[in-house]
Amino acid sequence: MLSGIVFRWRNAQFFLNTLLLVLGVLTLDILLATPAAWLTSRTNLRGRRFWTVLCVLPLAIPGYVMAYALLALGGNNGIVTQFFPFLSRVPRLSGYWGALLALTAYTSPYLFLNLRSALLGLDPGLEEAARSLGYRYREAFCHVILPQLRPAFYASGLLISLHVLGDFGVVSLMRYESFSYALYTEYLLSFEHISAAWLALMLLAFTASLLYLEARLLKRVTLHRAGRGVAHHLSLVPLGGTGRAIAYFFLISLTFVTVAVPIGSVLFWMVSGGGEINAGLIKGLIGSLSVATPTSVLCAFLAVPFAYVSVRYPSRVSDALGRAAYIVYAIPPLAFALSLIFCVLHSVPFIYKTLPVLIYACTLHFLAEAIGPVRSSLYQASPHLEEAARSLGCSPMQAFFRTLLPLLSRGMLTATALVFLAMMKELPLTFLLSPAGYETLALNVWSYTTEAMFAEGAPYALAILLISAAFVSVLIHRQR
Amino acid sequence: MFKHALTYVLTALLLFPIIRNGDAAEELTLYSGRSKSLVEPIIQQFEQETGVTVKVNYGNTTQLAAALMTEGEKSPAALFWAQDAGALGAVSKKGLFAKLPDALQAKVPANFRDADGFWVATSGRARVLAYSPERVTTKQLPESVFALTQPMWKDKVGWAPHNASFQAFVTAMRMQVGEERTEEWLRGMKANGAKTYAKNTPIIEALAAGEIDLGLPNHYYLLRFKKSNSNFLVAQTFFKANDPGNLVNIAGIGMLKSSKNQETALKFVTFLLSAKAQQFFVSEVFEYPVTEGVIPNANLVPLSELLKLVPTFNLNEMADLEGTLALLRKVGIL
Repeated sequence: MLSGIVFRWRNAQFFLNTLLLVLGVLTLDILLATPAAWLTSRTNLRGRRFWTVLCVLPLAIPGYVMAYALLALGGNNGIVTQFFPFLSRVPRLSGYWGALLALTAYTSPYLFLNLRSALLGLDPGLEEAARSLGYRYREAFCHVILPQLRPAFYASGLLISLHVLGDFGVVSLMRYESFSYALYTEYLLSFEHISAAWLALMLLAFTASLLYLEARLLKRVTLHRAGRGVAHHLSLVPLGGTGRAIAYFFLISLTFVTVAVPIGSVLFWMVSGGGEINAGLIKGLIGSLSVATPTSVLCAFLAVPFAYVSVRYPSRVSDALGRAAYIVYAIPPLAFALSLIFCVLHSVPFIYKTLPVLIYACTLHFLAEAIGPVRSSLYQASPHLEEAARSLGCSPMQAFFRTLLPLLSRGMLTATALVFLAMMKELPLTFLLSPAGYETLALNVWSYTTEAMFAEGAPYALAILLISAAFVSVLIHRQR
Repeated sequence: MFKHALTYVLTALLLFPIIRNGDAAEELTLYSGRSKSLVEPIIQQFEQETGVTVKVNYGNTTQLAAALMTEGEKSPAALFWAQDAGALGAVSKKGLFAKLPDALQAKVPANFRDADGFWVATSGRARVLAYSPERVTTKQLPESVFALTQPMWKDKVGWAPHNASFQAFVTAMRMQVGEERTEEWLRGMKANGAKTYAKNTPIIEALAAGEIDLGLPNHYYLLRFKKSNSNFLVAQTFFKANDPGNLVNIAGIGMLKSSKNQETALKFVTFLLSAKAQQFFVSEVFEYPVTEGVIPNANLVPLSELLKLVPTFNLNEMADLEGTLALLRKVGIL
C-alpha cells in the first residue's frame, strides 16, 4: 500500500516540480509586488488608491478562470489571433510557464497587501536617520526599509507557498504535474480515502518544514520604536518625470496581465456567447456576501489574540499556537470538511447544514490569511504604550483596547480584505457544508465553466470582480 | 457617518444567517453531483408542477458520495443524483439507498439501472472520438480506440485520465478485453505521447487551438461549444460498433433509506423519467434519453442506433474503480 502511494518515484518528480513552481512564483511575486507596493504607498504618484485596488483585484479571480483566460489567448482561434489576424500562430501557454504566470498573477496580491500595510506603518525616524547620515534613498531603502518588511515578506511568502502547494485548478489546466495533482486525484476520484490521507500527511509535513523555516527567520525581530518620541506621518517620495513614466509603465503592464487580460477574456465569452444577467445573480450575490462578510470580519478579530501571544510572549507554546492556524490552512479542504461533518453530526446535529457552521469552518480555514497582516502591524506597535497605559491605571484589557487595538486597525483591515476576497471564490467548503438551497457567485461560475458554458458563467465572474473591487475600495478608504 | 453605515451593514450581515428561517410545506433535499447549470431548469419545472420545494446541495459527485458515507443514517438528503454509476454503486454498497418500486424500474432498460433496484439512470453520456476536421480527414479516422497507439498519432491525441468518465471507460475496457490488453493499451498511449488534460472541456479547446488532432471526451461538450459558435472547428464521431471507446456511461439517481420523505422523493424520480424531463435532457442538455418515446436531437445519434454501437456490458459490474486507479498508477499515468 505505502510503496504504491507514498514511496514512488513519481512523487519525487511531483515534489521537484512543485518546489520549482513555488520558488518561481515567490521570486516573480517579490519582483512585481515590492515595487508596486512601494509605488502605491510611499510615492506621490497620482491615483495610488486606484492602482491599489487594481493590484489587489486578481485575488478575487478564481485560479481556474485565470488559467482559462490565459489559455484562451493563444492557439489557432485564440483571442489574440481573432483581434490581430496577422499574428497567425501564437502558441498557447502551458506547462511550467503557464502555471507560473497564472499563479503569480493571482498570488501577488497577498504579498502586495502585506507589504503595503507594512510600508504604511513604518516609523519614518529610522529612514530619516539613515538619510541624515549620508545614505542615498536607494541605500536607505535596501538597508533600512527592506529589513523592516521581513515579517510581511515571511507571512505572505508562507501563504503564497501554501497556495501553490494546494492549487489544482491552475496546474491541471496548464498541464503541469505538481504534487497537488496526485493529491486532488486521490480525493476526487477514489472513495477510499486512505491513500489520500497519506498524501495529505506528506503535504502537512512539507508545510511544517516551511513553518519551521519561517519561525527560525522571524526570531528576535524587533521593529517598534525603542527610543522616546512619537512617530510622525510618513513623507512621500517625490517622483521625477522619468520616474513617473517608468512607474506608470510598470503598473500598467502589471495590471494589464493580471487584471485586464482575465476581465477581457470573461467579457469576450459573455459577448460572443450571448451570456445574460438574470435573477440568479442576486441570489448568488446574497449568498456570497452572507458568508464572506462575517467570515472576513471574524478572521480579522480572531487573528489578534494569535498574533498578540506570539509577538508579545514568544515561547515554544505561543509559537506552536500561532502556527497551528497555518496547519489547519494546509489541510486539504475536502478532508477538513468531511471531518467537520463527522464532528458536527456526532455532537450538535441540529446545527448541521446551517450557515453558522459554514462560517465557522471558513473562519477556521482562512484564519491563517488574517494572522500575517495583524502580526506585521503588531511588530510595529511599541509595547511601551501599553506599559504607559498600565502605569496610568488602566487594566490590561483597557490598555489593550485603548492603546493597541487602534494601532492594529491597519493590519486588521488588510486581513479583512484578504479573507473577503479569498471567500468570494471559495468552493470546496461551500460544496459540502452549506445548507441545501444555498448558492454563491463562485459556485455558479464553477458550475457553468465546468460544463463548457462560458458565456453563461461570465456574468457571475464579473459580479465577483465588481463586488470585490467595491469592498477593497471601501477598506482602502478607511485605511490611511 | 460613513463609519456608522458600515457598522450597521456589517452587523446586519453578521445576524443575517441567524434570523433567516421559515420552511415551506413540502420540502425535498437533493444532493446533486450534476451541475446547477444543467439541471436547475428541470428542477424548477418540478417545483412548479407539484408545489414541492426542492433544496439542492450542488457539488462534485465523488465528494457528495463521500459526504453521504460520512453522514450515514443522519444525512439530511432524500435523494442523491450522481454524474456516474461508480458513485451510485459505492453509496449503494454501504447500504444507504432504499429499493425503488418495480414500476419505476420497469421504465428504464435493464442495462440502465442497478440490478438490485437501488438506483436508476436518468440520462446517458457517450464517450466519443473528437477530431479536428482541418487536420484529420474522415478516411484517416481510426476505427478503434486501440489504433490510437499507432505512430501516425504520435503526440496528437489528448485525454483526461483524471476524469471520472475516462476512468469508467478504462474500467469497462478492463472488463471487455481483460487486464493485460488494457494495460498494454495504456502503456502504448503513454509511449505515443498522449497529452494529459484536466478534463473534457480543455480537450475540446486544445483541438480548436491546434494543440492536438484527436481527443477522447464525452459527447456533449462539443455540442455546447457549437451552440454558442456554430463555426467551431471541431467534429466528433464514434469508433466501430462494440469498440470499448464507445462506452455509454450514465447519470443516475438513488433514494436514501434514512429519508423520512420517501413519498415526495419518489415523485421526483418519477418526474425525471417522464417524457417531459427526458425530452429536456435530450434537447437542452444534449444527453441521451433512457426511456423510449423522446423526439431525438438532430445533433445526436438516435438511441436505437447508439445501442448498436456501444460495447455490451453491464453497468453494475463497473464498480471496480479502485482496480482502475491502481492500474493507472502502476502505468504511471496518475
